[in-house]
Parts: sequence; C-alpha cells; structure tokens
Amino acid sequence: MTWGGWDAFWSMGGYGLYVWGSYAMVVAVVAIEIWQLKSRRRAADNEVKRESARARSTA
Amino acid sequence: MTTTTAPRFNLFWFSSPQTFFPLAGRLIPWFIGLAVILTLIGLYISFAVAPTDATQGESYRIIFIHVPAAWMSMFLYVVMAFWAAMGLAFNTRLSSMMATAIAPTGALMTFLALWTGALWGRPTWGAYWVWDARLTSELILLFLYLGFIALQAAIDDRRRADKAGAVLAIIGVINVPIIYFSVKWWNTLHQGASVSVKGSSMATTMLWGMLIMALAFWMYSIAAVLYRVRTLILEREKRADWVRELAAQGRLK
Repeated sequence: MTWGGWDAFWSMGGYGLYVWGSYAMVVAVVAIEIWQLKSRRRAADNEVKRESARARSTA
Repeated sequence: MTTTTAPRFNLFWFSSPQTFFPLAGRLIPWFIGLAVILTLIGLYISFAVAPTDATQGESYRIIFIHVPAAWMSMFLYVVMAFWAAMGLAFNTRLSSMMATAIAPTGALMTFLALWTGALWGRPTWGAYWVWDARLTSELILLFLYLGFIALQAAIDDRRRADKAGAVLAIIGVINVPIIYFSVKWWNTLHQGASVSVKGSSMATTMLWGMLIMALAFWMYSIAAVLYRVRTLILEREKRADWVRELAAQGRLK
C-alpha cells in the first residue's frame, strides 16, 4: 500500500473523519481506562496503608 | 488410607486471592508487552500493507478495530458470566471478583464496537444508527454490562452484590448468540460474518491485520482485567494478614 504523502494518508480517500474518529475514540477510551485503573489502585494502596497503621496502633 | 500431602496441581489453589495476587502481578507486564507489540504490527499491516477496498475505499480500515472490539465485547461477556456462575456455584471469592473486574473492560469494548460501527455505517449505509437486529442486540449488551456494574454498586453487602450480579450476568448470556447469529436470523443492514470455520471472504493481508489487532485487544483486555482484579483483591482483603504482611515488606507492587 502506497499513500503518496501524508496528506493522502490523513484524508483516507475522503473518509478521514470516520476512520480517524474511530481510532481516536479507541485511544481516548483506553487512556481513560488506564487512568481509572491506576487511580483506583492508588486509592486501594492508601487504604491498605491506613489499615496496617491502625492495626499497629491498636496492637 | 489418607494422605497429608496436597495434590501437585489443583485449580482451586489459584482461586485463593492470596496466591493469585502475586501471580497476576507477574503476568501483567507480559500481557502489556504483547499488546503493545501486536498493536504496532497490526497497525502497520492495517495502514501500510492492506490494500484499498474495491467497493468501500479507505473507510473499510475501521474494520481493524471494529471487529476486534465487537469480538471482545461478546467474548468478555461469556467469560464474565462464567466466573459469575463459578462464584455462585462454589462461593469462591476470586471468581466473583473476576466477573466484577471484567465488566468495565467489556462495557468499554461494547461501546467501541458501537462507536466505530456508527462511524463506519455513516459512509457505507448513509446512517450512523439503524434499529436493526445486530446493532440493537449489541446495544442491549452494553446495557447488560452497565446494568451488572450498577446492580453490584447498588448493593452494600458484597456477597449479595456478587450473587445478584451473577444472576443478571447468567441470564444475559442468551444475548450473545443472538448478537452473533443476528445477521443470519434476520434481514439486516449489517454484513454477515467475514470469518468462519469454513474460511474467510477477505483479502489475506486484511484478514491478518484484523486477526493481529484482535489478538492485541485480547492481550490488552487480559492485562486490564488482571490489573483491576488485583485492586479489587486489595479493596476486599485490606484487613487480611497476608495483605498487611506484603505491605509491611513493601512487596505490594
């Protein structure tokens, strides 16, 4: 497959909006999921730390 | 005669969150690595190798993410219902957590299948959306995922939340064959399956691009689900001795 330049590549034969609109949404949604996964994990880690600290102080 | 040694291989051994947590942690980097490599290869084939489609022009290139997302949306639902059923049948904590961990990624894949489908439908059918059997049943799949997530979130008691979610997930499985066979059972705008056990109706490079992207989506989904299930384990077992020990040793990563 030869595109003959970046302009032709980005325009996707006139379907650029549809093709790139699809791929951009995949990137956006995956980025949101990764961010959500990490922030929830951070919260869980902090919760574990709090629990351990409380267990130590009452022991 | 009784024996005191545990069997060498026992599937239930991994059903303990304590043994699964470090195992999943070791597996995640491999699945991330595979997902990245397969995505790069898949995108290269999709945009640099696969030729222009004779009838649809370049708009068909949406297929390389649309079909993988649609496959994963159905596959993840079946796996989610399987673990939910296992949790219901054996009361294994980890099974229910697996089901809960799969739901958001499954909903994400379903949304992507619908979104990319809409953007593909517009140039090929002239409409972003039609109430046809394939599209409608896929939309119902999204509602099943969201319903499962909302139902579990609405019930405070974890065990009851797991059970209620499991019942919903199991009943909803009926929708998966409906999605899959909808293009055969009803007259629909959506095209039939391009890939079947008999072979494929696509150009070889197009097929390879699609299959490699599907594998990439699969590896990503596994990594995301394993990452989420580890967080769920920590949330639910934060008072367990083993979690405290790992935290004290700084080995929670």
